[in-house]
This record gives sequence, C-alpha cells and structure tokens, in this order.
Amino acid sequence: MEKTKTQNKELTSEEQKAEINFKTDWQYAASPESTDHIQLKKKYDLFINGKFVAPAKPKYFDSINPSTEEKIAEVAEADEADVNKAVKAARDAYKGKWSKISASERAKYMFRIARIIQEKARELAVIETMDGGKPIRESRDIDIPLAAAHFFYYAGWADKLNYAVPGKTPKPLGVAGQIIPWNFPLLMAAWKIAPALATGNTVVLKPAETTSLTALKLAEIIQEADLPPGVVNIVTGAGKTGSLIVNHPGVDKIAFTGSTDIGKLIQKSLAGTHKKYTLELGGKAANIIFEDASIDQAVEGIVNGIFFNQGHVCCAGSRLFVQESVFEIVMRKLKDRIATLVVGNPLDKNTDIGAINSKAQLDKISEYHSIGLKEGAECYQPACEVPSKGYWFRPTVFWNVSQASRIVQEEIFGPVLTVQTFRTIQEVVEKANNTPYGLSGGIWTDKGSKIFKVSGELKAGVVWANTFNKFDPTSPFGGYKESGIGREGGLHGLMPYLQY
Amino acid sequence: MAAENTTKNRLEVLKTYKLYIGGEFPRTESGRFYALKNSKGVQIANICNGSRKDFREAIVKARAAFGKWSKRTAFNRGQILYRIAEMLEARKLQFVDELILQGSNKKDAEQEVNASIDLLIYYSGWADKYQQVFSSVNPVASSYFNFSLPEPSGVVSIIASEKNSLLGIVSMIAPVIVGGNACVILASYSKPLCAITFGEVLNSSDVPGGVVNILTGTKKELVSYFSNHMDVNSVFYGGDSKEEIKDIQVNASLNVKRVVQNKNGGLNKMMDPYLIMNFQETKTIWHPIGI
Repeated sequence: MEKTKTQNKELTSEEQKAEINFKTDWQYAASPESTDHIQLKKKYDLFINGKFVAPAKPKYFDSINPSTEEKIAEVAEADEADVNKAVKAARDAYKGKWSKISASERAKYMFRIARIIQEKARELAVIETMDGGKPIRESRDIDIPLAAAHFFYYAGWADKLNYAVPGKTPKPLGVAGQIIPWNFPLLMAAWKIAPALATGNTVVLKPAETTSLTALKLAEIIQEADLPPGVVNIVTGAGKTGSLIVNHPGVDKIAFTGSTDIGKLIQKSLAGTHKKYTLELGGKAANIIFEDASIDQAVEGIVNGIFFNQGHVCCAGSRLFVQESVFEIVMRKLKDRIATLVVGNPLDKNTDIGAINSKAQLDKISEYHSIGLKEGAECYQPACEVPSKGYWFRPTVFWNVSQASRIVQEEIFGPVLTVQTFRTIQEVVEKANNTPYGLSGGIWTDKGSKIFKVSGELKAGVVWANTFNKFDPTSPFGGYKESGIGREGGLHGLMPYLQY
Repeated sequence: MAAENTTKNRLEVLKTYKLYIGGEFPRTESGRFYALKNSKGVQIANICNGSRKDFREAIVKARAAFGKWSKRTAFNRGQILYRIAEMLEARKLQFVDELILQGSNKKDAEQEVNASIDLLIYYSGWADKYQQVFSSVNPVASSYFNFSLPEPSGVVSIIASEKNSLLGIVSMIAPVIVGGNACVILASYSKPLCAITFGEVLNSSDVPGGVVNILTGTKKELVSYFSNHMDVNSVFYGGDSKEEIKDIQVNASLNVKRVVQNKNGGLNKMMDPYLIMNFQETKTIWHPIGI
C-alpha cells in the first residue's frame, strides 16, 4: 500500500518543469536508410510456372509509397484466366517434379530460399518499408529476419514429418491457395509458403494489393533458388483475384490471413467443398497490467503492444486494462513515453511510428477516432508533427471508455489504444473475454501463479506474460473464437497442410 | 402358481423416453412427439420431437457446465469416463435388448455394446495423455520460455449418425468430453432409444449435469439450430448428407465455428486421439527468462 501511494502522487511543480519538450529540447539528426541499392522494376507481371508473364487482360495497378504518396511500381491484376493458369501450373508441379523428388531435396530448395532472403535482407527491408510504410527498424530487425527464419525452420521439417504426426503417415493435400494481408507482407508470405512446401504441397499465393512488391521480389528469389516451375505461383490483385483462388475447384486448401469479415465470407464460400482451410483473422487483445507489475517494463510493453507497426497488427494489445490502484501512475508514464515516440519518415532509423498503410486505412482510423470522441471518451495524442505528404496518424490513447464503446469492441487496426480499469482478477478476465475475438492477450505481474491463473482463463491463442508482440517460427500462432481457425508456426503449423 | 400367472398376464410397464438436459429428464417443451416403430410397423415408444427451445435450453446448460468441467483435473475426467464404461457394462443387457428392439440381431447388438464400452475405456485413458503428446515447448530464438498446450474449444453441438443407436453417440461424445468440452447431441431419429438410456448411464456416472445433453427429434428441423447458434464453438457432424454438411458449414461462418465431419469409419477410426484434438484450441504462452 505504501508503495502504491507513493507511485500515485501528483507531480510537484518542479518535477513538471523538469519534463522534456521533445519538439525543442531533444531532436534527432536525420538518419535515413539509403535506397540507391535496391532493384525494382517499373512494372511487375504475374509469377506463374516459374516465369513472369503478362496478365491475359493488360490491367495493372499502382503500388504507392504511403509515406510520400508516390508511385513505386505498376503491378499486374490477375483475372480468371490468370488464376486458372496459376492453379494449373501448381497442379502440374504437384503431380510432377515436386512429388517425385525426395523430402530432403525439397528441404534443400527451402534452405536455399532462406539463405537468399538473408543475403538480400537489406534490400528487402528497404522495399518493405517503402511499399508498406513500416519503420525500417522493424522491417530490418523483425519482418525480414523472421521471414528467412521461417523458411529455415520449415525446411528442416520436410524430411521429418512422421515425427510431427505421431501414429500416422502424413501426406500432402495438393494445391494450397494462400491470401495474405498488407501488414507484414514478406513475413506473411513466408508464414504461408514455408509450411506448404515443407509438407509437399504447391502454392498459389496472392499478396495484398497495397503491398505486392516484396512478394514479387520473393518470386525472383524463388527463380534464383531454381525451385521447380509451378511449385510457387504468385498472382497479384485485389479482393476479386482472392475470391477466384478461394472458389477455384482445383485448389485443395485455403490459407487466409485478414479481417474477420472476409474470413467469414471465405468460410461460407468453402461450405460444401472438399477444401481444408485455416483462417487467421482479427483481434482486440486485452493487455492487463496488475498493480504488482514492474510499471516501467509494463509501459514499454503497452507501447510495443499497440504502436508496433502503426498498430496494423491483428494481435495488437489494443485494449489496455489497468488495475485501479496503479491507474494514475501508468497513465502518467504512458503519456510521457508516448511523447518521446518519433512519428515520420519510415526509412529513418530513428522512426518509431511510420506511415499508415493506405488512404483507406487512414480514413478508417480517423473515423474511429471521431467515434471515440463522440462516445465521450477522453483522448491523448502527443504534440508531435507529422509530414505534410503521406498518410499519418499520431499515437492515440482513449480512456473513460465503456465496455460497450465501439472503440473498445471493434478492431481499429491502427495506433489507437483504449484504457479501462479493473479491481479483481475475475472482473478483468470477464472484460477481457467479452469480445468475439480471441487472438492474443498480455499479462503484467510479478507473481508467477497469477500469470498461470489468468493465462489459463483468457480465451486467446497467444498469451504474452511480461512481454508483448513476440514472434518466432517455432511458436504456434492463431486464434480462438472469431479470430480464426487453425495455427501457423511451429510443429502445429504443419498440420493444416497435411492429411493423416 | 400365483407367480406364474402374474408373469403370464402381467401388464408390462412401458418406458417413457424423454430428453436429457442439464442433468434432468424433461419432456420436450413443445409437447410434440413421434411414434417409433420397429421394422414390422409395431409401435415401440413415443419419442420427444425436440424443438429449437429445447436446444437453446441445452446450450445454456452446456455453457454453464463447461467452465467447471474443463477445470476438473485430467485424472478426474479420466476416472469419470471410466465410470461411464462401468455403468454401461452393468446395464449391458438393457442396451442389447433396445438394439434388438430397433432391428439389430443379438450378435450385432452385443458387439455394438461391447465396442461402446471399450471405446469409453480407450478415451478414459487418453484423458491425461493427449496433452503430453500434443503440447510443445518451443525453442524460440530469444530469451523466452515458450510453450503450447491444448485447451477445450467450449460447447460442441453434435449430430449423431443415423446408423448405430449406441455406438453412434458414444463414439462422438467421448472424444469431445474427455478433452473438457460440454456438448449437446441430437440422437439418431430412427434409432433413438439407446441415446436416452445412455443419458441414464451418464446421470449415474458422476458426469456433472449439463456436460452432455441429449435431444431427440428431426434433423430437418434441428440441424440449422445446431449450427447457427452463436454460443456454439464447434459442430461435430456424424451424418452423410451433402446438403446437411453444406448447411452446417454455411451457418458455421456466422461466428467462425469449427466444423468436424465424422467419416463413420470402423472402430479403429473412432478410436483416435486426433479426434480429441479436433475439439481443442492451442494456446501458446511466452515469458521472458531473466532476473
């Protein structure tokens, strides 16, 4: 109690004077990553049967850099004829070379891909940041290394599948149709392609329309690795291209990562078919701070939980629950920490929060911001300046919200945090689980038994205790309830690509 | 002499077959019934024609029972499944008679009851083992202790196969409840007798009320409710109608239910730990390593 009292005390006027003004007192010299070494074509065709081929109808769309609104490249839009061609190439490759070579040879192709990604890591990181708007620090340290690590991890599984499915003789499914989102473009491609290849399937992958470029660079890497033609096909386009893949009778399995709304549509359209599916959908994770937590560490975890990748993260810790006794101190430290965040040029190595991925997403976040204000919540945004061009949204915290507020119930997919308080474990568990989602959750406490108690109660596929937003190829990922079906990553991630 | 006359002329007491919801045996709230007849057209019993309201009531009971059942120790759930097998063994003759009444020959009937008992013993043994087989410690490339373990999905609605009156329901209930789920099952329409009698077995086997709820009625009416109810986490379908499975899968998309189709294989296909896993979620927990 004594400790809590001290923590909650108001700042004295001297302490207030001691606060740093980050606009004037603490400036960073610009430290942009150079872009002169990257190799991008002006126009990208579809990657089918090992070659880049023009789409049947000559339709192309622009890929825009969301931090400058400048066009980076043109990307082909795949229509029905192109998807048919890609599925046929995948089927032929499945029946042909891919099922004839040994599992250990299959592994070696994947190891090659992993190695080439590592060799080109810098270039891929820069392109990822230009195309998607995420800070270079994140694409350099998280997205690209993890993408390589996924290929490396699953490569090793290819000739050991009997150990993954004890008591059975697992077999591949055939052609996997894979549709991925724009928040972690290359990493999601790796999450999808690596387990599919390890288990002996072939792939038709569609990247998100705002972030196709690193997937197309991956196509070049796949060529360079000499993977047999047709084993991986990459068709670019928007929702229509995706639904052509989902509804194609020649596809045996669908793996989708994206919104819960689209996930439900896909599940519905797959009804009555032979296709297996995995869905990685939305989330609205509870990040729970108990009074006995290390508050400074927890504040770092809150910031990482919601502002990592501009909050474009399905497992983001978007609902903060703070035990009532430490609410004041947590809020003060949280605001202080947010004031230090650097929002701006994602290619700058100092940047913490980059550009919002697209105009459409910025509009959606802005709408939720005004909904929050209209609902009567209190709001904090730091006074930081954002560039005049590009799509930006300052880190935002809402409190005095109710469990029924739309900003508490709905996935915003942006740098917007809501804060609620609680008194007892029972109360916070009830509030945390009161959502149709169940992807992830966070618990901050110094007491181990409390971690096991609360993590056992949370209906969520991933629970981070005293940390948040950590990922690893060996660690299964996926949700309960409306956050999806199935797991990706780790040994568990092999299962959806096998029949046994 | 008197006793002999009594046996010969005694009027038989017919059994009333009711539903099994929340550990009780209510009649359907709808007041409807259907006449069950044997192959010669002779009426065997009146069977409750369960309604949407019965189903919803059963889901409320199942959801209420789920929390405590899922928190029982694995050992305890194993003991209770074993107890079900014991009670079934003790009432074997009753089930054989009912199967014969519904058209089986004696040999098949005995086999079906024996198989059902053995299947319960099989799953009883898995209660505290599937977690070990299907969980993992994940060697992440950073300073964290990371592990994944199975947890029950929640409430499962089950549509039993038409074919086997007893084995059909036992083989679908056992893998679901051994993993800590609660369920509501729709019995075979043409062979419902053993389902309700099995409810009596469950009721005397320390299975908490609400963990298993048994309804009788028509698939045509009930399948859609079994699959579109928003408080159902998974649907387990034991039939073989293409239209039914499609309807179930369409309805499942309302709240991303897991749908599992039972392929009605032989006994060896019914005894499979991967069936338990169909009704489990995987939870992964991260914790930093440090001081």
